[in-house]
Amino acid sequence: MLHPPEVGTDPGPPRRKAITVTQLELTLTDQTFDEEIQAATEPVLVDFWAEWCGPCKMVAPILDEIAAEQQGKLRVGKINIDENLELARRFEVMSIPTMILFKDGEPQMRIVGAKGKGQLLQELNAYL
Amino acid sequence: MSEARTASVREVVIIGSGPAGLTAAIYAARANLAPLVIEGHPSSTSDQPGGQLMLTSDIENFPGFIEGLAGPELMGNMRSQAARFGAEFLTTKAERVDFSAQPFRIWAPDPSTGAEVEHSARSVIVSTGARSLMLGLPAEERLLSKGVSTCATCDGFFFRGQEIAVIGGGDSALEEAMFLTKFGETVTVVHRRKELRASKIMQDRAFKNPKIKFVWDSVVTDIAGTSKVEGIHLRNTATGEDSYLPVGGVFVAIGHVPNTNVFNGTLDMDDAGYLVTAAGSTATNVPGVFACGDVQDHTYRQAITAAGTGCMAAIDVERWLEAAGHDS
Repeated sequence: MLHPPEVGTDPGPPRRKAITVTQLELTLTDQTFDEEIQAATEPVLVDFWAEWCGPCKMVAPILDEIAAEQQGKLRVGKINIDENLELARRFEVMSIPTMILFKDGEPQMRIVGAKGKGQLLQELNAYL
Repeated sequence: MSEARTASVREVVIIGSGPAGLTAAIYAARANLAPLVIEGHPSSTSDQPGGQLMLTSDIENFPGFIEGLAGPELMGNMRSQAARFGAEFLTTKAERVDFSAQPFRIWAPDPSTGAEVEHSARSVIVSTGARSLMLGLPAEERLLSKGVSTCATCDGFFFRGQEIAVIGGGDSALEEAMFLTKFGETVTVVHRRKELRASKIMQDRAFKNPKIKFVWDSVVTDIAGTSKVEGIHLRNTATGEDSYLPVGGVFVAIGHVPNTNVFNGTLDMDDAGYLVTAAGSTATNVPGVFACGDVQDHTYRQAITAAGTGCMAAIDVERWLEAAGHDS
């Protein structure tokens, strides 16, 4: 809702349909997390979010874009902390959005707070 | 990285996208000025697209919404409304400006690549707002997002059943405290004076809330904890006495600082860094550059006053462009 396609200097390619993104993104829960994260062949950027968090809403469309563009190199996983408090506790999430990058099932690095696309990609690049 | 340049000179560029910037965008777009809004860089520290209201849970005093609404919802509506009339948005932050000659120039990184892009415009509306002040303690930086927060609506959830401290005595401090009582066992408001700055209605509500306690005449001297907050060290400014309050969360709401660094040496500011505008207008010292919202207002600082001055700025721009057009 907050971020319709950006316009300005270069309109770029049209944004992909949300349905594609939903298929690209993993929805993780307290029950499925361990299995899914171990099974993933690519690194997974796990986004801890909640419905009531403004900055999470800012970063969500950016993660959608990254998921679509980095297909094959990176997956984006979503954890709704309201429904999965156990995972938030386990990874000591105390502020959202928090994004943790998992590689081979192990946490590699974490990004706390909403960030721009360029900045996120810069931080992720070393791990891709 | 090579520098890109936008093709045409805009009639108006709006820097910032809180209620002031978006109201200016609605008015400017409806006046066929095709405004470009450089809306800010996503962050969680109140210097972001949508402005400070993105971190506010309930807005009860914005006219027209009987039951109130969430900050992000109000800002999403304003943005869509501006977009409906043709306002364009760039999700990036203005990093450099040159207002010394026409057309004015503004540089901002491309949202995806980070390469610097130059934008030019005949007029500019500055609505970059203000951000939360921090305490300035070394421990604060170390423990930010590990129990230290400036956003109760973002982080309050994680302090369920814990003791929480809110630092500050204004409306924002009490709003945060009230919101945090949903989660915390008790919420202690630490204020450096004996009286609150907050409005009467907020004070009444806070005093009535059995979960809210107050510590008066006290400042935070240190925050204890290595990987997460364990407590705060306090000093009573009246007696000089030191004390310790064990808490799991510290919410800082001690005031705001205007986002004006980028205009240093270009636009006139007061001692606190707020932009100075001509009385009864939004005009700055540079003809063709106008300022609205919290960036030029440390007195009222309300969503509705920001929106009001945003409207004024768009009308001022329209008239200025018209007059400037006649001159040339």
